[in-house]
Amino acid sequence: MKLNERSLAFYATCDSPADNAGFLYKRGERHTAYHRRWFVLKGNMLFYFEERESREPVGVIVLEGCTVELCDSAEEFTFAIRFGGTKSRTYVLAAESQAAMESWVKSLSRASFDYMRLVVRELEKQLEEMRYGMAGGCAGGCRGSPSSWKPKPSELERSLERPLALPTVLPKENGCAVWNNASGVTRPPEASGCDEDAGDGTLRPPPPPPRRRASSTEVGSAVLESPSSFCRLHEWYGREVAQLRRDWLERQRGPRP
Amino acid sequence: MRYNERELLSLARQPAEKAAEILMRVPKKGTPFFFAVLKKRLVKLVVNFLFYFRTDEAEPIGALLLEHCRITKEEENVFSISFIEEPERKYCFECDSEEQCQEWIEALKRASYEFMRRSLIFYRNEIQKMTGKDPLEQYGISEEARFQLGARRQ
Repeated sequence: MKLNERSLAFYATCDSPADNAGFLYKRGERHTAYHRRWFVLKGNMLFYFEERESREPVGVIVLEGCTVELCDSAEEFTFAIRFGGTKSRTYVLAAESQAAMESWVKSLSRASFDYMRLVVRELEKQLEEMRYGMAGGCAGGCRGSPSSWKPKPSELERSLERPLALPTVLPKENGCAVWNNASGVTRPPEASGCDEDAGDGTLRPPPPPPRRRASSTEVGSAVLESPSSFCRLHEWYGREVAQLRRDWLERQRGPRP
Repeated sequence: MRYNERELLSLARQPAEKAAEILMRVPKKGTPFFFAVLKKRLVKLVVNFLFYFRTDEAEPIGALLLEHCRITKEEENVFSISFIEEPERKYCFECDSEEQCQEWIEALKRASYEFMRRSLIFYRNEIQKMTGKDPLEQYGISEEARFQLGARRQ
């Protein structure tokens, strides 16, 4: 497969901000000797150079889809970049200090495109809410089966809470995490789940979360006490979801004789 | 430059932000621009990579990392991608319609990691101006290097 290598080399060496840079020891693929290389992390690309002054990187590791783990190794301060898939290579790296290792593990585990996108969308949402306030949007409730509901706000919190070595997150009791897909790759549902119907249920549903489409500035009505409290929003949606889940489980059990 | 091709191929199989069959012209070294032929390709945007496939093949012919690139509207239905260090070398794409062309231009302009970083810094700044508080503080990520305001270092 062709790759625009010259552009990659430019990206690696130009003066755009690096998310991390420093010497690391990289274990070889065939021979297990470690080689000291100068590493530069930019976005979701981890470049490595023979020397700090080298004009071109020796190689690059595309970090999409990786997990970063600490290593149980004879060598000190080792960690690994691991990919899914049967024949995937694991990159074993060693830092020169505990602090350097922690810094690298932290920055690498959050290097994905989706993580950056998540944070951008969160801030975008906060800014929209602050600018347009509580503009009345959908008056009615949103009804839909629990499984079609993807409360996006919880993704940022979850990805930040995730312990570094574990790729999976234990489902939480509030019911939110149960329906969230592990990876953030899927897009939000295109169809608007919002009906004008005021609903006849005893439960009054909260207003729908704002639709997060790039070109749209439409903001659903959100009753907020204060603008940037997505934690509170998250909790509120969580309660409704938990109730829906209880109702659904109740219905699943069926009528008792 | 060495790179983890297997993972890049795996990325090419992920759901696309945008995909379409488009006529594409790849700049060839030594060949004058107008001699290169337009070929029908399946073009697929995944995160900050643009993959292009022969329409009946599962593996991409190539991938373009979309950092520090310029997306230019050329003539009708046509846009091009070129990179900062070699602005004359253009990858050309001919769409079915002007509308499709504009959609791709918009999508590609926003597709880079660096674009997202700039957006984030902008929003963070705006929110800080309006509230006096750093919106990233509550998540404990305000010190992360990737979110720093305009710091240029290597």
